[in-house]
Amino acid sequence: MMQAFKSVARWLDERLQLGQTIAEVAAHPVPRSSASWWYVFGSATLVVFILQVVTGICLATVYTPAANRAWDSLIYLNYQQPLGWYLRALHGWGSNFMVALMFVHMIQVFLFGAYKFPRELTWVAGCVLLLSTLGMAFTGQVLRFDQNAYWGLGIGASIAGRTPIIGFKVVHLILGGPIIAGETLSRFFALHVFVIPGLLIAFVGLHLYLVLRLGINEWPMPGRIVRRNSYIKEYEELVHQDGEPFMPFAAQKDLVFAGLIILSLLVVAAIAGPIGPNGQPDPTIIQTVPRPDFFFLWLFSLFALLPPWTETVLMLTGPVAVIGLLFALPFISGTGEKSWRRRPFSVVIVILAVTLVGTLTWLGTFSPWSPVMDAWSATPTPIDYVKGRTPLELQGAVLVQSKDLVVDTNHTKPEGFLFNRLSWTK
Amino acid sequence: MTPSPEKTSRRNFLFRIGIVINVIGAALFAIPVVGYVLSPARRFTWLDWIALGPVTDYPEQQTRLAEYINPFKKSWDGETAKIPCWVRRMAGEQFQVFAINCTHLGCPVRWFAESELFMCPCHGGVFYSDGRHASGPPPRPLYQYKYKVEAGKLWIYAGELPTLGEPEA
Repeated sequence: MMQAFKSVARWLDERLQLGQTIAEVAAHPVPRSSASWWYVFGSATLVVFILQVVTGICLATVYTPAANRAWDSLIYLNYQQPLGWYLRALHGWGSNFMVALMFVHMIQVFLFGAYKFPRELTWVAGCVLLLSTLGMAFTGQVLRFDQNAYWGLGIGASIAGRTPIIGFKVVHLILGGPIIAGETLSRFFALHVFVIPGLLIAFVGLHLYLVLRLGINEWPMPGRIVRRNSYIKEYEELVHQDGEPFMPFAAQKDLVFAGLIILSLLVVAAIAGPIGPNGQPDPTIIQTVPRPDFFFLWLFSLFALLPPWTETVLMLTGPVAVIGLLFALPFISGTGEKSWRRRPFSVVIVILAVTLVGTLTWLGTFSPWSPVMDAWSATPTPIDYVKGRTPLELQGAVLVQSKDLVVDTNHTKPEGFLFNRLSWTK
Repeated sequence: MTPSPEKTSRRNFLFRIGIVINVIGAALFAIPVVGYVLSPARRFTWLDWIALGPVTDYPEQQTRLAEYINPFKKSWDGETAKIPCWVRRMAGEQFQVFAINCTHLGCPVRWFAESELFMCPCHGGVFYSDGRHASGPPPRPLYQYKYKVEAGKLWIYAGELPTLGEPEA
């Protein structure tokens, strides 16, 4: 039996010629210091991406990318297709996991100076992966063709419409026509299923190839300076003096962490269930409060809070500037100190960025700048509120009652734009 | 780099011809592909007159939600072909027909008759009953459709998602 298996393996390897390559990859030495729990986030992101491909293909066998059927097919997936709810949950929560792991990976790479010489292009490939993953997140939210998807497209189109001169052309190009309709969904389906996954697979390949060829970044030591003329020699010496084979020495931690991530995704998806869809994508149902998925909520908040006169300029140039800076990073600071202990400016940037995005996301969850759209309740003003008031106060009470500004009195802590400005207390 | 004479063999020549043919082929191939992909941006405007129903549907001094079917719809558009708008009838044949989309980022504004304001559920935009900007981030008044009254019906000139790039709605 064993003999037969071995001969089949030998037959295959004589023709495929892969055995030696795999053995070399598995045995390639990595610095002992890199076999750390800090180095597991990239591989975990990749593992979640592979899960997304599997669940995505499964969903595509049932989902119908036509504007008049998409929502029905999502409801069918949730309630009738056996295990459809669970695959939708895995795909939706998987996207959250992937975005989160990718950002942790990026922050780690940034703080460990891993983007410096000679790994500049590994970082650039990573930036393409970052944009592609966010592109997947946005287009995926559109394929969940509900009210949020519809009005989210409206927001995207309105931003594009601010482009000078050719704004309306850009809008028509994005929407595939004059309004958000059938061809819009088909376009985003093509992007989500063919174009961006193709980019992702190609750049994951390049990213991994570069990690293997250039070697994984060593643990940054304060005072160990990256110099263009000596770094590669120093790295090779380090790997030979203090290196270990990738398998199993470093891979074992990747393996454990990725396994835990898969298990937690399975649990989270089972408990939280599928994400949406909310109401039908019928624009005449205007009793809706559109919100993006949580990874874009900070942008949503930013659009509410930016001074209006800066908006058009920032919406159009901000992304270009931020993305441009990300791509340019390894060419701006490609050498020098790697350790975060000697790069206080970089630490401050990370803290500021995380705080900013975190605060804006938190604000987005309750959006204090928007009225509570269903707060107009016609509830009579409680008599207790007006007892013992002066005639002037009573006049105000009549106004508030007639304008229906009294918020549901069951709310102990009422929120909302009008209430905050016009509320009164006992 | 000019090739030395002895290098100009028949094989070399064929290789050059091959490159030239492929470049021409790729360019010719790209024309229909790019044209196909960019086709939605080729047409200049999508606008047509659409009936919003009898004028009597809209009482004077009131603002009501109306809806129409986009004149350029495809059979698979489903519900997305339906577009709502706000009709304000001041008096007689004097109307204002507002697009549903907030001028900030396109969310659906809602009319609150009690406070006589249009409010947006997204970023806090507020407009007065005549569409003027009252508060929040919107950079301009509500978009208005051109309208006419013919044979007792209210007609609007519509068909596109209004944005700052194409405020003609």
